[in-house]
Amino acid sequence: MAGMIVTTVFLPLIGAVMAGVLAFFAAADKATQGRLDRWSQWLTCGPMIGSALLALFIFRDVVAQDNVGTVELFTWIDSGALEVSWALKLDTLSAVMVLTVSVVSALIHVYSIGYMRHDPSIPRFMSYLNLFTFFMLMLVTADNLVQLYFGWEGVGLCSYLLIGFWYDRPSANAAAIKAFVVNRVGDFGFALGIFATFLLFQSVHLETIFAEVQGKADATFNVFGGEFHALTVICLLLFVGAMGKSAQLGLHTWLPDAMEGPTPVSALIHAATMVTAGIFMVARMSPLFEYSETALAAVTVVGASTAIVTATIACVQNDIKRVIAYSTCSQLGYMLFACGVSAYSAGIFHLMTHAYFKALLFLGAGSVIHAMSDEQDMRKMGGLRKMIPVTYAVMWAGSLALAGIWPFAGFYSKDIILEAAYAARSGVGGYAFWMGVAAAFLTAFYTWRLLLMTFHGAPRADETVLAHVHESPKMMLLPLLLLAVGAIFAGYVGFESFVGGEAAAFWENSILVLPVHKALENAHLVPGWVKVLPMAVGVAGIGAAYAMYMVLPGLPGVLAERFQILYRFLLNKWYFDDVYDFLFVRPAFYLGRNFWKTGDGTLIDGVGPDGLAAATLGLARRAGRLQSGYLYHYAFAMLTGVAVLITWYLFHRAG
Amino acid sequence: MPIAEVPNLIPALPEIFMVTVAMALLMLGVFQREGDGAATVQTARWISYLGAITLMLALLLLLTVAGGRLVGFSGLFVSDSFAVFFKTLVLIGAAMAIVLSPAYLEHQGIARFEYVVLILFATTGMMVMISANDLISLYLGLEIQSLSLYVIAAFQRDDIRSAEAGLKYFVLGALASGMLLYGSSLVYGFAGTTNFDALAAVFHAGEGNAPALGVIVGIVFILAGMAFKVSAAPFHMWTPDVYEGAPTPFTAFFSVAPKIAALALLVRIMIGPFGELVDQWRQIVMFLSIASMVLGAFAAINQRNIKRMMAYSSIGHVGYALIGLAVGTEAGVQGIMVYMAIYLFMNLGAFACILGMRRGERMLENIGDLAGLSRTHPMLALAMAIFMFSMAGIPPLAGFFGKFYIFLAAIEAELYALAVIGVLASVVAAFYYLRIVKIMYFDQPAEPLNRPIGREIAAVLLASSLIIVFFFAYPAPILAAAAAASATLF
Repeated sequence: MAGMIVTTVFLPLIGAVMAGVLAFFAAADKATQGRLDRWSQWLTCGPMIGSALLALFIFRDVVAQDNVGTVELFTWIDSGALEVSWALKLDTLSAVMVLTVSVVSALIHVYSIGYMRHDPSIPRFMSYLNLFTFFMLMLVTADNLVQLYFGWEGVGLCSYLLIGFWYDRPSANAAAIKAFVVNRVGDFGFALGIFATFLLFQSVHLETIFAEVQGKADATFNVFGGEFHALTVICLLLFVGAMGKSAQLGLHTWLPDAMEGPTPVSALIHAATMVTAGIFMVARMSPLFEYSETALAAVTVVGASTAIVTATIACVQNDIKRVIAYSTCSQLGYMLFACGVSAYSAGIFHLMTHAYFKALLFLGAGSVIHAMSDEQDMRKMGGLRKMIPVTYAVMWAGSLALAGIWPFAGFYSKDIILEAAYAARSGVGGYAFWMGVAAAFLTAFYTWRLLLMTFHGAPRADETVLAHVHESPKMMLLPLLLLAVGAIFAGYVGFESFVGGEAAAFWENSILVLPVHKALENAHLVPGWVKVLPMAVGVAGIGAAYAMYMVLPGLPGVLAERFQILYRFLLNKWYFDDVYDFLFVRPAFYLGRNFWKTGDGTLIDGVGPDGLAAATLGLARRAGRLQSGYLYHYAFAMLTGVAVLITWYLFHRAG
Repeated sequence: MPIAEVPNLIPALPEIFMVTVAMALLMLGVFQREGDGAATVQTARWISYLGAITLMLALLLLLTVAGGRLVGFSGLFVSDSFAVFFKTLVLIGAAMAIVLSPAYLEHQGIARFEYVVLILFATTGMMVMISANDLISLYLGLEIQSLSLYVIAAFQRDDIRSAEAGLKYFVLGALASGMLLYGSSLVYGFAGTTNFDALAAVFHAGEGNAPALGVIVGIVFILAGMAFKVSAAPFHMWTPDVYEGAPTPFTAFFSVAPKIAALALLVRIMIGPFGELVDQWRQIVMFLSIASMVLGAFAAINQRNIKRMMAYSSIGHVGYALIGLAVGTEAGVQGIMVYMAIYLFMNLGAFACILGMRRGERMLENIGDLAGLSRTHPMLALAMAIFMFSMAGIPPLAGFFGKFYIFLAAIEAELYALAVIGVLASVVAAFYYLRIVKIMYFDQPAEPLNRPIGREIAAVLLASSLIIVFFFAYPAPILAAAAAASATLF
């Protein structure tokens, strides 16, 4: 058991190192390069698939035989009260995450073989992917906050590397830097949260913290003279971290730009796994969040607002990957507000189903882009359903799941979230419910807008592109089909265990919900209209999209014309980027430039090294001029010297 | 009571030997048959060999009579381990300078045996200075040394720069000697004695009371005269001109031996008879030290002639050594001794490199002529780089330790300002030392220099660079000798 989980986590690291070594070999010719590429693919996909298979066994072990526990590897830090070990924590929550991460990752690895076929640096790509998976597994199995942070930063690093994978594109570099910097804001909050946790509990070990949390429920921090409820402060700080990683409103701007990375990256990191780390963290820290109503309310409001705001933006985007990216933000919002109303298991359930269907949608989009010779603008697509039928079919499955249509996966998970929000019977719960319902309508709408614009209607691409349209190779279709299976059945299969009657036995102690927070239990008792509403608005959304893009194709243009302000507002993503640009980016550049030019260049260099050098040269010239060569000058200098010395001495003595 | 006692000659045996042999060599040279140029050259050559051997014998003699404090000639002359240490340095310096000379002199057509004889006389003068235990014997030694040096500076008579150098040195040296004499007479007038031990007793007796003003003025004048001899600023003006004008092997000699001797004398007189007055003269020595370090650092930057640059460099080095005197403690004196020992080898080495700079029939003296030396003469360039790095005080070369002990003493004596200024000055000075390395290793080679550079030069280069490089591995002999020698003064 211990060996199994260790192998699962570290196999990808081994793969990453081996492929990473291959990346440094310069191939002399095409054939050698091809051999290197194939080797790196084998060396990374092999461990990844092994890891995924092991994860299945681990999951079965944990769920069926309650084989939970912690595997201590070795001590990492032991300094004063701070004791940190490398340890892998295994319970239902981490088992679910390990399974989801490794299975999706394995599928995407295989897909990448096909998708990245023409790329010149395959070993590097595969190595990054494997490394990412290692960090992600490290994150979800962490048994203390510092190790969690290690994984957290590791996935952030890989995200940065992979967004900027095509580093010769300026836009990719800019997006990578943006992702890194925005995440840094969140990470800063997370780090402060860890510090505050240590301050309160004198430990970063999760089980120690959870055991003591009840006794600290009323503790306070005294900060700058104000008294603050300690757990609220900690939870809010941790939540800032979650907001950054899970691209929640305010810190979401990096995620759409992250689509500059290769599509498998978007699917793996920026849809299925890494971005869900925030939700995982909130669920993991549920024993803390449970004791802070304020923090839970904040989580709910931020999650619900993200869900609706990003859904509106998704409705008007034209880049196929950006639509899905905004959709990801929106779905992450769902997961978070589920956590906010204490329905953590519903959030994790949606996380799991979403991983399958969102990965499916992204890979499907990748397949489309592949077919369209790297075209991403939906306005230049259309009518592709006959040409790439398999992709078309799986996209349908993914879309139905995303829109929450029975019996697809999304239906189960989204429904239970909305019901829980309604059942929370609180102000923020109500807000979340109605925002969620509205977002569900928009979700269905933009999903079908995407489907219809891409696959239906008359082809809008030019001749040469159309001539090249082809179905993707089997290597890419196989993962798509497997993910489609997940997108169709994951909800139905998981419902009872995750959020249904068997939930308590399933989750055991990995998630704590206080008895006062009954949202999930009550969710099954909500009125009938609440149960029906999400699906109904979903269907309505589909209908609206069908009407606008099939029946009356002129309508979107007219609407955009008519409500130009609103349209522009949405098209420009609520001006988030522009406001940030104005508020933070440009002042930072301005400040930096000033510090550089004035502070460093003029002041420090000018007075320091350059100034000193110039002064030295000047002094040197003057000293040289003293040396006139005339004897009487020399004698004069000597006599002056004696006179000065004696005078000085006399004054010194007199004084 | 006998009318005339035979004085105790033992303490001065090396000097007596030196002066006798020098005169014998002079006779030998003079009574050689007048012949053609070749014969003159031949005579000069073997007399210089004999000179070098004489110096080594004198060194042997010196080490034989060494041990304990021996006073002779009614207290005029003293031989102690302090004197032995410095005399050893002076003898080694003189011997190496003589070894370096013949080739150069022959090339310049000035190979005469008088050159070596004069160096022997000058060395004798220095040894007397070092052993002086009275203001009279101090002056005697100083003048024996100076008169010989004036002549050698102008040795290349038909060269205008050499003649000018000799004349300038003579006139200014006379002025300095005048100051020294004037100061001595003031001290004698106010203290009533010229003997160092007696002076020390007088000042010791007057402990607590400030000495008479005349004594202090006298000390200032003596200091000024001595400062001229060690070329400390602002009494340094002659140095660059004389270094540049004089024949190069003589400059090599000039930059080490007289300086070491004068510094030894300065230390002995300030610590010995005037030791009680350290608070009175410390300020003046500090001023001399700071002025020398700063001037040595800054003025050298603009020099194109490498001999002039070395002149300023030597002024700077004297400034560092004077820190040790300003400190006025045993550690400070020990620092000076180590510093001068190291200075001797790196300076001689550097001048040996300069002597190797010859293209065709011409000696080169411009720094720019070293361009690309690393490619044409890799070993020469390496040796030069070692000396330059050492002078800049870069560990683990010996020059670093010289500075280290000096600064350590200053810090221990809480003379922080002095130490800080010293360190800063050495940063500035590092510029022109490192520039030479840069020119040798990174600039485009000019026309290559002649090769081979000569056996004598190679030998001196090898010896001194080995000492500079491996000093850190086995510094004990020099450190122990310096510790023992400095202890005798306190």
